Amino acid sequence: MSLLKISNLHAGYGQMSILKGVDMALEAGEIGVIVGPNGAGKSTTLKAIFGMLNITEGSIEFDGEDITGIRSEALAAHRIAFVPQENNVFHTLTVHENLEMGAYIRRDDFSRVMDHVYEIFPPLKEKRRQPAGELSGGQRQMVAFGRALMIEPKLILLDEPTAGLSPMFMSQIFDRVIAINKTGVTVAMVEQNAKQALAIAHKGFVLANGANSFTDTGRNLLENPEVAKSFLGG
Amino acid sequence: MNDLVFFINKGLLSGMIIGSIYAMGAIGVTMIFGILRFAHFAHGDMMTLGAFVTLIIAALLASAGVVLPCPIAFAAIIPAMAVTAVLAIGLDRIFYKPLRNAGARPVVLVMASVGVTLMLQGLIRLFAGVRARDMFIDQPKDIFQIPFPGATRAVILTEPQIVLIGFTVVAVLALHLFLTRSRLGKAMRAVSDNPELARITGINTNHVVWATWIIGGGLACAAGSLLSMDVTLKPDLSFNILLPIFAATIVGGIGQPYGAIAGGFLVGFCETLAVFNWSVLLRPIKDSLWFELPRNMALVPTEYKLMVPFLILIIVLIYRPTGIFRGRVL
Repeated sequence: MSLLKISNLHAGYGQMSILKGVDMALEAGEIGVIVGPNGAGKSTTLKAIFGMLNITEGSIEFDGEDITGIRSEALAAHRIAFVPQENNVFHTLTVHENLEMGAYIRRDDFSRVMDHVYEIFPPLKEKRRQPAGELSGGQRQMVAFGRALMIEPKLILLDEPTAGLSPMFMSQIFDRVIAINKTGVTVAMVEQNAKQALAIAHKGFVLANGANSFTDTGRNLLENPEVAKSFLGG
Repeated sequence: MNDLVFFINKGLLSGMIIGSIYAMGAIGVTMIFGILRFAHFAHGDMMTLGAFVTLIIAALLASAGVVLPCPIAFAAIIPAMAVTAVLAIGLDRIFYKPLRNAGARPVVLVMASVGVTLMLQGLIRLFAGVRARDMFIDQPKDIFQIPFPGATRAVILTEPQIVLIGFTVVAVLALHLFLTRSRLGKAMRAVSDNPELARITGINTNHVVWATWIIGGGLACAAGSLLSMDVTLKPDLSFNILLPIFAATIVGGIGQPYGAIAGGFLVGFCETLAVFNWSVLLRPIKDSLWFELPRNMALVPTEYKLMVPFLILIIVLIYRPTGIFRGRVL
């Protein structure tokens, strides 16, 4: 049984429909990458999963439960975490407080997870008393990842984690994504840098005009001449 | 020396007292703005409402035969704060929450709060009439004369003023600890910083909204009660200080609780120092002055006191639009 199963998803803002039949299935422990041209509905798909959109048709199942149209606040309890593309840290809160907020729904002792996050992102430990807004773009992204990891998610949704970062940071971020995935977290990621992202993906979903146009393993998509021609720039 | 004591009484102490009132009001306004994103114009009347709740509880306690070492109204403030906090949550439930849920723009909520102001004023007048009341129902208020070395005049402080200053210090410290140490306090800062991300993180927005009204309502009640003890309780008591409170909020930086405190005291001191008769202080050295000392040398005549907060506001908006503590730009 798939951990995440999206069937024939139609969703949009208000009456305007952006997604017109998206299908996705991810097994536990996989990395799924959503690519496609601008306006294809990549980020919209993540937002729809995270209850930020009007779903008019179709369903989203997670771990055997129907989570279609559930409110954003309630998803953390299902251990689904979302890292938005922009404004993904609390600027005025310190790095440490950002991580604490990530664990807001936890009433148990989460110091072990906190140590783990500081272990994956050593620069954060150094700057734990600094407001997150004072950090560089790459470090802010680490805070955003760390915040999301605090609930020990089963599924993490990443919306263009490398947007606006220099190529050096980009490969670092991809390394982190792989590392996070290795600990057993399923990843669903939207990426502009389609080639690099598909290279690390177990599954790839190429969206166009709000619907799947190709669905395959990451490798097969990279090797598919048609995908290469129309979406990966040759 | 007597002139210095006069300055302490009329300038510094009254600045501190009115500043405390402004600060406590402004904390509520700034936090409501930070969390709920609208200017709560009914805050002044929430203060009046809180003062009336204190008076009612005090009267009930007195009629029940309760005798306390302090005036009964002081003891009544604590339960009145709780009642006002509940009333504030109720007002939010009935008037503001439905609008928020319907996705109304902030200006609609501002208008709704103006409506709530008018409604509260009407209700208070309906039940309590328009006359001024004395909050000290069981015993007169104590006035302390603190002798000042080398002066025949004494520094004068009344009982409610001492309680007010003490209460403000405690409230500010408690608020600081709450916002920086507690889980809910940090969540409030998180929601104020980035509501969307707070929702994504799973922070329960309802709890944060309640906490906002509890703090705002509780402080409004305390400030309103202590202000009406210092003077008298009238239905239009706090409506007059609503505008300086908003000035203090903006001067401090909107959405910044520490800014609200600083802004409150800044506006309070500026107001009293602007209407203070400076010739009193200059009189001892009048022979060495190059001009003849007028009898009254206040910067602003008392009738125009309300102008001072706005002057500060305009200066701040021109030279530092985000306020002292870098809040949001309107």
